[in-house]
Amino acid sequence: MDKFLTFTIVGLATSAIYAVIASGLVLTYTTTGIFNFAQGAIGMLAAFTYWQLRFSWGWPTPVALIVVLFVLAPLFGILIDRVIMRGLQDTSETTKLVVSISLLIGMIGLAQIIWDPNVSRPYATFFATSKPLAIGPTTITWHQLITIAVAIAVAIGLRFLLYATRIGIAMRAAVDDRPLATLNGARPHRVSMFAWAIGSSLAALGGILIAPLVPLEAGTLSLLIISAYAAAIFGRLRSFPLVFVGAIVVGCTEGYLSGYLPQNQYLPGLRLASPAILLFIVLLLLPNPRLRGRTRSREFFPMPSRRGALGFAAGVTAAGVVLATTMSQPDLVTYGRVFSVGIIALSLVPLVGFAGQVSLCQLSFAGIGAIVMAHLGHNGNPIALVWAVLITAAIGAVIALPALRLSGIYLALGTAAFAIALDRWIFTLPKFSVFGLFNIDLFQQGSVSVDPLRLFGFTFDTPGSQMVLLSSVFALLSLLVVAIRRGRFGRRLLAMKDSEAACATLGLNLLGTKVTVFALSAGMAGLGGALLGSQLSSVSPQNFDLVTGLPIFALAVVGGIGAAGGALFGAVSLAGLLPLLAALLPSVSQYLVILPGLAGIGLGRNPNGAVHDLREGFMPIAKSRIVLVATVVVLAGLYAIRMLDAIDNWTYALLTMTTPLVAVVAATLLRRERADGVVPLEWRGVTEPWTDDDVRDLDRVLGLTEVELHGAARG
Amino acid sequence: MAQLAVRGVTVRFGGNVALDGVDLDADPGMVTGLIGPNGAGKTTLFNVITGLIPLNSGSIQLNGAPMNDLSPTKRARRGLARTFQRLELFSLLSVRENIRVAADIRKGWARDGSDPAAVTEALIERIGLGAVADARVDALPTGQCRLVELGRSLATRPEVLLLDEPASGQDENETLAFGALLQELAAEGMAVVLVEHDVHLVMRVCHKVHVLDFGRIIAVGDPQQIQTNPAVVAAYLGTPG
Ligand SMILES: Nc1ncnc2c1ncn2[C@@H]1O[C@H](COP(=O)(O)OP(=O)(O)OP(=O)(O)O)[C@@H](O)[C@H]1O
Ligand SMILES: [Mg+2]
Repeated sequence: MDKFLTFTIVGLATSAIYAVIASGLVLTYTTTGIFNFAQGAIGMLAAFTYWQLRFSWGWPTPVALIVVLFVLAPLFGILIDRVIMRGLQDTSETTKLVVSISLLIGMIGLAQIIWDPNVSRPYATFFATSKPLAIGPTTITWHQLITIAVAIAVAIGLRFLLYATRIGIAMRAAVDDRPLATLNGARPHRVSMFAWAIGSSLAALGGILIAPLVPLEAGTLSLLIISAYAAAIFGRLRSFPLVFVGAIVVGCTEGYLSGYLPQNQYLPGLRLASPAILLFIVLLLLPNPRLRGRTRSREFFPMPSRRGALGFAAGVTAAGVVLATTMSQPDLVTYGRVFSVGIIALSLVPLVGFAGQVSLCQLSFAGIGAIVMAHLGHNGNPIALVWAVLITAAIGAVIALPALRLSGIYLALGTAAFAIALDRWIFTLPKFSVFGLFNIDLFQQGSVSVDPLRLFGFTFDTPGSQMVLLSSVFALLSLLVVAIRRGRFGRRLLAMKDSEAACATLGLNLLGTKVTVFALSAGMAGLGGALLGSQLSSVSPQNFDLVTGLPIFALAVVGGIGAAGGALFGAVSLAGLLPLLAALLPSVSQYLVILPGLAGIGLGRNPNGAVHDLREGFMPIAKSRIVLVATVVVLAGLYAIRMLDAIDNWTYALLTMTTPLVAVVAATLLRRERADGVVPLEWRGVTEPWTDDDVRDLDRVLGLTEVELHGAARG
Repeated sequence: MAQLAVRGVTVRFGGNVALDGVDLDADPGMVTGLIGPNGAGKTTLFNVITGLIPLNSGSIQLNGAPMNDLSPTKRARRGLARTFQRLELFSLLSVRENIRVAADIRKGWARDGSDPAAVTEALIERIGLGAVADARVDALPTGQCRLVELGRSLATRPEVLLLDEPASGQDENETLAFGALLQELAAEGMAVVLVEHDVHLVMRVCHKVHVLDFGRIIAVGDPQQIQTNPAVVAAYLGTPG
């Protein structure tokens, strides 16, 4: 009984923290429509800042608290609102998601820059030296008491705010109907600013209260809040009383787990993963949603042409060969992950780009693929690749079963929970056996070695040969993705992304379609992971955890998640440009961890992705046959010169990169010259018969959308 | 028994009764009209019939078999298709692809050995979308979008077709052609239910008209009877004459 009481108190104190953070989350979500994945990260930053002021600089507790909670945190919230979130009002769910996930990535990076992760930082609880109070047979610490009191105060304060103040009533109005609230004179900008300020303060409060109880580490602290997300979902992201109930359920479950979970080598990980598992369960308990009607987003991914796809694949393979033959061994090791990460990013294209289903656990699938390769791929047996694909596809299909019920942020949270459950628990399991049939020792509680792949008698055991292998596999998979997009399945996915309701009324089996695309995407990620594993030669759970995977997702979306080029863009930025910058600018290399986050925040809102613009830019080359051939010849020539060692790598790289730029200029000039011989617009149809091309030119000049209107259709 | 039989359907949104004991029959070979003022519950009835929203009481039967417990997908496979008042086209796809998706989906569940490509081309031809077949649907005017939705629903070869204001956004000539097409479809044995604000179109093509007002059916009859029914005139047509 004492034990029960003790853990009830522990549980309630934890619940109180979750409730505080979750109510901030719900407040911003309901008033602005943005689910702030970075809510935990705000708490994390606040905890670090408080540590700095209170313990490092020795400020008095009240001053440090006031500065963090009432000055810095609200200002930070307002900054996020003004600079980042305000432009997102009418963007797609994926864009909002990417921006807030990027914010999370960026803030973790920022914390690591300011506070060296390798230094340990003691963090005392409040009134650590005072004697705990006795309640019956057990005791409650002052910190626990304060935590619970704070949560109660927050509950009362929120109630007062929302029902008794003008701004609070405006907030509630915004929840019900934003446009209507605006019509009635509410000022949505002020309301959202206020919501962000309070939400951020609440996150800070929770962060400071939770920090003494766990190691002060940026990633852990930011994700600890996953339990608060579970509480928020319990409250359906709307109802504050339910959020508090949810927080108590989640917090106490965690408390009792830590008290009553048997001492067993398999279970410590379960305790760490329990918030994620609880989140998953809460998501599954959500009521069945209505089928989604049309989402009106601005994104458009044009249909890739066969020729373009082949050119892209050829280019990627050629790039692999060029890199493999020009780079030094250490460089090949450094940049070798571009294509394996690329394959993992590519697995997002059918899933997120075509089907509109978000998954944050692709890297976990890759981890499963790597494990399969490690255990079944002895001596590089290629059959292991087949197993890696099949096993991850099967697991992906199972994960997708709840996905019919989840969409948008819920699906993102569900897949994130899955990723956390894997990296905190499953991936750390010691050896176990399945029905006594086989023994499984996933990562051998540390790392596991992977043999290099052997194919047709050739062993891919050098970084160069792996580079060529991976670029070819990426190229082949990009062709697969294009074939899907151009075919029946791709059309079906795009249709489903647009309107599930319409698809259902046509008789489409939505669950089957989602399961299929999840399995396909998981299988691709699994293949990527297996190849990554055999490239790294030794893998550990850290290679595949959620936080490592998030930038892949964010940067692929920045690149343009609707096409293979976007995936490559993401992988090149992450595994190519970042290490390159770090090598070029060693003095600032520690600051680079913040770049993926910044990129996601800044560029994630371009719905078509950066590659779309790049492609448009280089289009003139493809349009002019002469220039295209000339470009290829020059590139090949440069490569030949490099191979003869007539120029060094830097010169070669520079010349290779300038070639396409020159080609664009040349193609544009050439076209202009040809255009000089063209009939001026006002003389069209007068000097020569009127043609379809004339109609199109006229439409373009008048800014009309290009519809092929033939004479017949207009009559 | 009618092909589509709606019996005593009631739907509440919170305290608001959107449908109150609605009965409706649609028979093969007939165009059945469903008219009523804005907010009468016409779209809600279609949503209930297709299973997109649940009903509070009542039953819906297709060919005598109850459908209450079936998902929208299963209902579609029993031969139900519809268009949407608030367009639900696949905006990322072209006109041809919109229809093709539906033909492919139909082939997937019917396994009738039909050729989706041929079905698609035939429908494009029949509805008169040939000139815009490769345009993205986003670029089309509403009237044509509604035709694409019609084509898409026809691609599943339904027995019962529910049309929610299919003629809004069409000009006079287009409406004339559209009315003729509906009569053709009915003549081929389809049961067509038409929700439409264009009273002239309804009176011209419908064999039977239901009038819905505040969630209740206030009159059923042939167009002649409906036009002279005092309750209808009061509720819907506004001023007499
Ligand atoms: N999802 C919903 N939630 C709450 N109320 C709804 C919902 N859908 C419809 N209603 C209400 O139900 C009633 C019937 O609406 P419905 O759209 O079916 O009318 P309608 O006859 O189709 O009107 P219109 O001619 O304008 O299309 C209206 O009062 C509407 O406000
Ligand atoms: Mg309607």
